[in-house]
Amino acid sequence: MKILVGVKRVVDFNVRIQVKADGSGVTTDGVKMSMNPFDEIAVEEALRIKEAGNAEEVIVVTIGPKAAQEQLRTALAMGADRAIHVETDDEIQPLTAARILQALAEKEAPKLVLLGKQAIDDDNNQTAQMLGALSHWPQATFASEVEIEGDKATVIREVDAGLETLSVDLPAVISADLRLNEPRYVKLPDIMKAKRKPLETVTVEELGVEHVAAVKVLKTAAPAKREAGIIVESVDELVAALKEKGLI
Amino acid sequence: MSKVLVIAEHDGTNLNGSTARAVSCASDLGLDAIDVVVLASDGSSVAEQAAKLTGVTKVLLVQNPANEHAVAAFLAPQIESLAADYSHVLAPSTTFGKDLMPRVAAHLGRPQISDIMRVESAMVFDRPVYAGNAIVTVEAPEGLVVGTVRTASYKAVSNDGAASVETRSVDVNLPSHTRFVELQSGGGDRPDLQAASKVVSGGRGVGSEENFKVIYSLADKLGAGVGASRAAVDAGFIPNDHQVGQTGKIIAPDLYMAFGISGAIQHLAGIKDAGTIVAVNKDADAPIFEVADFGLVADLFEVAEELEKAL
Repeated sequence: MKILVGVKRVVDFNVRIQVKADGSGVTTDGVKMSMNPFDEIAVEEALRIKEAGNAEEVIVVTIGPKAAQEQLRTALAMGADRAIHVETDDEIQPLTAARILQALAEKEAPKLVLLGKQAIDDDNNQTAQMLGALSHWPQATFASEVEIEGDKATVIREVDAGLETLSVDLPAVISADLRLNEPRYVKLPDIMKAKRKPLETVTVEELGVEHVAAVKVLKTAAPAKREAGIIVESVDELVAALKEKGLI
Repeated sequence: MSKVLVIAEHDGTNLNGSTARAVSCASDLGLDAIDVVVLASDGSSVAEQAAKLTGVTKVLLVQNPANEHAVAAFLAPQIESLAADYSHVLAPSTTFGKDLMPRVAAHLGRPQISDIMRVESAMVFDRPVYAGNAIVTVEAPEGLVVGTVRTASYKAVSNDGAASVETRSVDVNLPSHTRFVELQSGGGDRPDLQAASKVVSGGRGVGSEENFKVIYSLADKLGAGVGASRAAVDAGFIPNDHQVGQTGKIIAPDLYMAFGISGAIQHLAGIKDAGTIVAVNKDADAPIFEVADFGLVADLFEVAEELEKAL
């Protein structure tokens, strides 16, 4: 079977975000960009499924500007077989992203689509579920363990109440949570090899996907800051302070 | 007439506290009515609890054996068939709502507003991005609004309502492609982390699963929930459902006590709305002190022991 994995180019998770003074967004000029960490976990999981003999091909896809090919090359260096770049300079929101992935899934007929549970820029946590809905496929979100057996997947999900196990028929869409795996490090020879792997470019229009009614961002602001309080010298002082506030 | 439908989160018997917070957000929309839908296999006790929530106009009870467990692929088509009567459909932004609502939205061809933290108007909302390091004000496009509510941003509504409960049958075909297998809960008898008014949390500094007893013990004395940093969960000191932070639970207790937690950005994102934050850490430079109302630079075990005696 084929596995399709979605990856997104985002501001690196180590970068301290600066909100622009005019409220028009956050500064991305000259900022380090990386593959969304949850997507990296999704790529790793696809590779492990393939290495266990449960898949033949891992295809990575990104939607974004030309520069997003860097993240596709990273995924290829990790071990993905080929890449699809849906090139666009427009801001793509989750519902449109899900429609693009749906169009690609119809074309490529993967048995499994693996995505990160959310992108660490817009934090929407929507695309996998939306793709599941549009394709009428089962979904298993926030996965911390995935086991493929024939035409079924057993997925352990990280939910507020603990760990939930679902069994789903394939094809299915699974979204990766943090503890699913630890992505491998890419070695230099792999980076060289990745340069020769196939990378195909398509446009949103070629896939027959139209932009849908979108959420409009009116302004971006820095969050209200929590002020640092006081350092107490002893437990007694702490207890007195908490008692005064009526907390204990 | 514009109405909002709030999807109740529950375990079959008890209404989850997140629902009362979502209703609080729904009240801010200023619409004509707030209905709550309980999708359950039986759910009559859940519906009764929902009917008491202040501000609720009507509770819809949709009974179906398929609703025994909250499986998004089963719940979504039922909600879609109810949505036609509403201008807004909201659910708490817990793993329940996060899993479910985008599936509802996409089927209806609507975008979703995730993690609503403030209602500016019925169509304009604030929500956090970049792990809460920026707040965006967004406007939903005309038509049905589908959203999830950041529960830490809202206080639960009170329980002095008396809404009517109406049993509704929803006739839709449910898929057979998904099977619930089991739920393993690490919770025990302690207060639910997201509902608790006090939370005692441990981090990497606690050192081991064995040492976490100190945290549990203090929490029990205080009647508090038990939380943990991602580092403590990853180290295997405590199960994942205790994790507080951007990738775990986002909480807003009146009192949050962090023991041996350095205060990584992703952890701080989960406690921003706490009333009072207490930090105990050996390292005076730990970033947690930058947000703590009361900091104590000391050995966490000594402090926990002394504190327990003083209570």
